[in-house]
Amino acid sequence: MTRKLESPFVHLLLLVGAIAMLMPFAWMVSTSLKAQNEVFSYPPQWIPSQLLWSNYAQAWAAAPFGRYFINSGIVALAVTFLDLVTSALAAFAFGRMQFPLRNALFTLYLASMMIPHQMTIIPAFLLLKNFGDISPALGLDSYFALVAPFAASAFGVFMLRQSFMQIPNELEDAAVLDGCGRLGFLVRMVLPLSRPALATLALFAFQANWNSYLWPLIVTNSDQMRTVQIGLRYFVGQEGSSQWGLLMAAAVFVSLPVVVLYLFVQRQFTQGIASTGLKQ
Amino acid sequence: MKRRPWRTWLTAYAFLIPSLLVLGAFTFYPVVEAARLSLWRWRILRGDPVFIGLANYETLFSSADFWQAVGNTILFAVGSIPTSMILALFLALLLNRPLRGLAFYRTAYFLPTITSLVAVSVVWMWIYHPDVGLMNQLIGLVGLPPARWLNEPRTAMLSLIILGVWRGLGYNVIIYLGGLQSIPVHLYEAAKIDGANRLQLLRYVTWPLLTPTSFFILIIAVINSFQSFTQVHVMTQGGPIGSTTVIVYYLFQQAFQQFNMGYGSAVAMVLFVVILVLTILQFGFLGKRVHYQ
Repeated sequence: MTRKLESPFVHLLLLVGAIAMLMPFAWMVSTSLKAQNEVFSYPPQWIPSQLLWSNYAQAWAAAPFGRYFINSGIVALAVTFLDLVTSALAAFAFGRMQFPLRNALFTLYLASMMIPHQMTIIPAFLLLKNFGDISPALGLDSYFALVAPFAASAFGVFMLRQSFMQIPNELEDAAVLDGCGRLGFLVRMVLPLSRPALATLALFAFQANWNSYLWPLIVTNSDQMRTVQIGLRYFVGQEGSSQWGLLMAAAVFVSLPVVVLYLFVQRQFTQGIASTGLKQ
Repeated sequence: MKRRPWRTWLTAYAFLIPSLLVLGAFTFYPVVEAARLSLWRWRILRGDPVFIGLANYETLFSSADFWQAVGNTILFAVGSIPTSMILALFLALLLNRPLRGLAFYRTAYFLPTITSLVAVSVVWMWIYHPDVGLMNQLIGLVGLPPARWLNEPRTAMLSLIILGVWRGLGYNVIIYLGGLQSIPVHLYEAAKIDGANRLQLLRYVTWPLLTPTSFFILIIAVINSFQSFTQVHVMTQGGPIGSTTVIVYYLFQQAFQQFNMGYGSAVAMVLFVVILVLTILQFGFLGKRVHYQ
């Protein structure tokens, strides 16, 4: 009854908020298309007098961004894939099988979610440094160093286990009667039935890894191994505080993959966060 | 049932091994190793480790730089969390109704949260530009003089706090919306029959029933504040004159710029204990939440 009256007011408030949230993005895109002389005009101009798309090509060529994108792509996809595989296997064992020490181990997994990643970086760094003495491919500044620490997660195990446990036992009994082994049952029945949970986990893993910063900063030191985030950081150092058009263009293409992904599957993102409370 | 149990055990462990190996090497072992290393002096470029007992902790707790980093981290948390929570609750209350354009609002509020923090930090460096920045133009509209934002100790942390509120808001809105939607409608109806007005509904129904949600957000936000690093490394490198050196940045400086692995591990242990206490508080509180249902 009162809803009709208040609706424009509610929309006004929400719209003001939304504009405040989106303004930095608009400013980023606007600056990325400006000529250098317009970048520094004050008061700031929102619409460039001409759209300088060449800023993007220039930024892309000013640092090895092609290489950074390939690196980030390989690492984020490998982490996502491996996290799904190791988590699904472990979640199946924890959720649907009996074995000695099961509860103790699962408690250990739960407890490990309290460990801040930042506290593990020194020993992990030293461990990989030692692996490097065995083979450089396993040491610092390698794909292995970027992928291995995130190839499994307690969070993934916890999340998939919840989903796997909802599958009725009768289904498993029937599959076993049909001569389907445990692995066959997992691959042919459990995984297809848990598609929403797998998709949410994949999204989180990909997004978190594409955006990750501290670990790649520590373990990479050559241009060949840098990920996009580290590349963008070095690009800022290299361009100093003058080439803002180029910096904004680089910021746009570095953030674009995850933003596009989010725009396509935002429901999955927000529902996943609402149901798991996963922190960013 | 007819399967021999040890075969099941073997299969279960075969399934567990990949996950256990990774977590063992990169989570469980590092915790133990960090605790051990924190008792050694080990400047990695200057020779072998030396056992020194608790001396790293003594140095740490009497170091002005360490306490400044702790203070900065607390300032960051205190400055950003209450503002973010109040704004988030307000927005969630507005969004918690059938609205046209709901999807658009959700997208707008959540976009900063999923975007690369490095990219976002670069954009805000530009917004905070002391001469031609958007922020100075905005505050000029309400008659405030231009500020030097990231370039001055007095305003550098404030700049990071504003960025923090902007970036974390969407996450808090989503969690609050979840909390609001879990409040049973019949409670509102009962209160309305008792003659409660909208403000009373908010005060006596919504707010108390949202306590667990608020507490959850609070703890997660404090934990996140204590882990912040990226925006500091991109925007200020801890400066000017240490005014934005937060605890993880201090750890990074000690371990990966000075290569002081033992001392850095002692900092890591302090971080670990703080987050452990916060998490235990959270579990303790969430255990009580059953009372409401």
